[in-house]
Amino acid sequence: MTMRTALLSDIHGNREALAACLAHIDKSGVDRIMFLGDIIGYGADPEWCLNTVMKRCEQGAVALLGNHDEAALKPSEDMNGMARAAMDWTRTRLSPDHLKFIEERPILKEEGDVLYVHASAAAPHSWLYIQTPRDAENSLSFTTRRITVCGHVHVPRYFHALPAKPCESYTPTTGVPMPLLRQRRWVIVLGAVGQPRDGNPAAAYSVIDTAQGHVTLHRVPYNIEGAAQKIRAAGLPVALADRLFKGS
Amino acid sequence: MTVTVSALHDLAPGAVVDGFRLEKQFHKGGMAVIWEATRPDVKIPMVLKIPMIGEGDDAGAIVGFEMEQMIQPMVSGKHVPQFIGTGDITDLPYIAMEKIEGRTLEQIAKEMPLPPEEVARIGQKIALAVADLHRQHVIHFDLKPANILFRDGTGDAVFVDFGLSRHIKMPDLLTEEIRLPMGTAPYIAPEQVLRNRTDVRSDIFSLGAILYELATGQQPFGSPDTLRGLKWRIWADPPPPRVVNPNVPEWLQEVILRCLEVDLSKRYPNARLLAFDLGHPERVALTARAKKTKNAGFFKAWRRSKFKPIPASLTREAPREGINSAPILMAAVDVSPGHENLAQAVLEYVERILSTMPDSRLACVNVMKVAMISNDDGLDEHGRNIHLQQLAELKHWAHPLGRSADRITFHVLEASDPAQTIIGFARDNHVDHLVMGARGASAARRYLGSVSTQVVAEAPCSVTVVRLHGQRGDEE
Repeated sequence: MTMRTALLSDIHGNREALAACLAHIDKSGVDRIMFLGDIIGYGADPEWCLNTVMKRCEQGAVALLGNHDEAALKPSEDMNGMARAAMDWTRTRLSPDHLKFIEERPILKEEGDVLYVHASAAAPHSWLYIQTPRDAENSLSFTTRRITVCGHVHVPRYFHALPAKPCESYTPTTGVPMPLLRQRRWVIVLGAVGQPRDGNPAAAYSVIDTAQGHVTLHRVPYNIEGAAQKIRAAGLPVALADRLFKGS
Repeated sequence: MTVTVSALHDLAPGAVVDGFRLEKQFHKGGMAVIWEATRPDVKIPMVLKIPMIGEGDDAGAIVGFEMEQMIQPMVSGKHVPQFIGTGDITDLPYIAMEKIEGRTLEQIAKEMPLPPEEVARIGQKIALAVADLHRQHVIHFDLKPANILFRDGTGDAVFVDFGLSRHIKMPDLLTEEIRLPMGTAPYIAPEQVLRNRTDVRSDIFSLGAILYELATGQQPFGSPDTLRGLKWRIWADPPPPRVVNPNVPEWLQEVILRCLEVDLSKRYPNARLLAFDLGHPERVALTARAKKTKNAGFFKAWRRSKFKPIPASLTREAPREGINSAPILMAAVDVSPGHENLAQAVLEYVERILSTMPDSRLACVNVMKVAMISNDDGLDEHGRNIHLQQLAELKHWAHPLGRSADRITFHVLEASDPAQTIIGFARDNHVDHLVMGARGASAARRYLGSVSTQVVAEAPCSVTVVRLHGQRGDEE
């Protein structure tokens, strides 16, 4: 029995990136799709992205809440200038149905030996970034599930630890299934679909196979110029358009 | 009645693990036990390798097993056991794999020293297997006579035990924390002792230590059991093989000592080149290594260890293209009169490739078409002269490249079927890239198939076909 779940996080209103990833996923075939938050914010297509996610959820997908999604409901103090500007604009594009959908998003999901959450199992609503082994250890201490999957950082990384040993980190290799060795606990930090920050501009998503016990990172090139053009046309900060080309 | 196994002490003939039936305990090592096993759907002989993980701090045993669990499914081919399956550590951990019918190098080489030709033959088989492993992005890190088997029948070298191995595209689980031996004392490379686990050349060093032992009957660095003892090989040269065993020819000493170079940049860049030299002893370029009769004595080595810094190359991470570095380039060229322009075009192309990959080894090949072999001894006086003349032409052709003797070899081959001869040479020598010239199209050639067409279709490597401009459509 295979249970392959596609994991998409940090779409950030980037229609071109999301469409490319979904095309890739639909072609390779998975059993389920999971969205791990931040569907909107920064990008110029929040409506299309939300509509698409909502439609997929009607077909069995799962979507969790991210900090940018939450900010659509109530403005956040913690956002920097650009993020806040983008959020203010985004809010003007959302319908009551969109807001209701966001309101209903759970903060996390636990299933089998996996915990799925946008940022960290440690105080999920605080939206902590998991960037170092210490951060990963902290998150692991807040759950008994063996594996945690999250996003938020926009830089793909695997953290793993043997019992009573320090956490080690590893930058995943694209396309190589990483066995989730059963004597270790894992924190899988996903790359971003709509705004990569690891220097690689291609959209990132992952597939976890809980039956075979491995996770694979995929990078999908997409029409960056299209997405950037829309950001400029919407009058959003130009830096948000430029950064897509560099993946930073 | 079958007993389902859930704990180590339940292991007994007839017990069943995940459908695999244990038949007979085959081997018991320090960290794992190996059982011959069967399962109805598995048609080849197989074994189950079960780590012995007891109480207490067993991170070492766990990590060794994890590494095998990670790496075995990622490697395939005739030089590794076929991977069949693996089981969870929460029940009973195991790896199911093909049982290799054959003997270990330890068992084969009981009577050391071996004759040089035998050392070369065995060494080449192992080097080719190592090259295959490296091509699959795995560095073995524990090559030793007990870990190398030779299949009954084919004689191919097979590696078992990937407990210390590293897959370049996966995380290295052997970290500072884990107290595993980092290698096996007689064979471990100096950079490995310093915990640098990034370089394929560490396997070359181990192979060199094995060749040394086969050729001389002695181990080059003994078998130290302290970290201090292991580090000694950073400073101390081993006694030159010819000093230990005067029957070792210069070319073999050259090859062995080049494997054992402490400075990584002086060691063989990859296993393919090592295999090439072992397969062509008459072409090994002899340097000071071959002539060496003394090694640094204890005092000199001790002084080095005190006053010289550790060579930078030992602690540097290996270059990314390490596994594919120093490719073997083959130029198949027709140096007979009338084809100078094409030969020149091939030369220029080769020069361009070499400028981007200066580490490459170039094999220049000229195929002489012979209608049939005229007598049992092969070449007569006349034939030998032709051969020598072709060789001289070939060397003349390559002269402008300015290659040093250790980076270029020349081969004049006689064959009735030039295409097959070229393809065979590329295959047997694990050529990475073949450059050849193609003459103009003619009706005859189009109908019968030119040499280059056949080579492009069947070569085991990339092929570049060089043509002269305006050549297409020329009738000959």
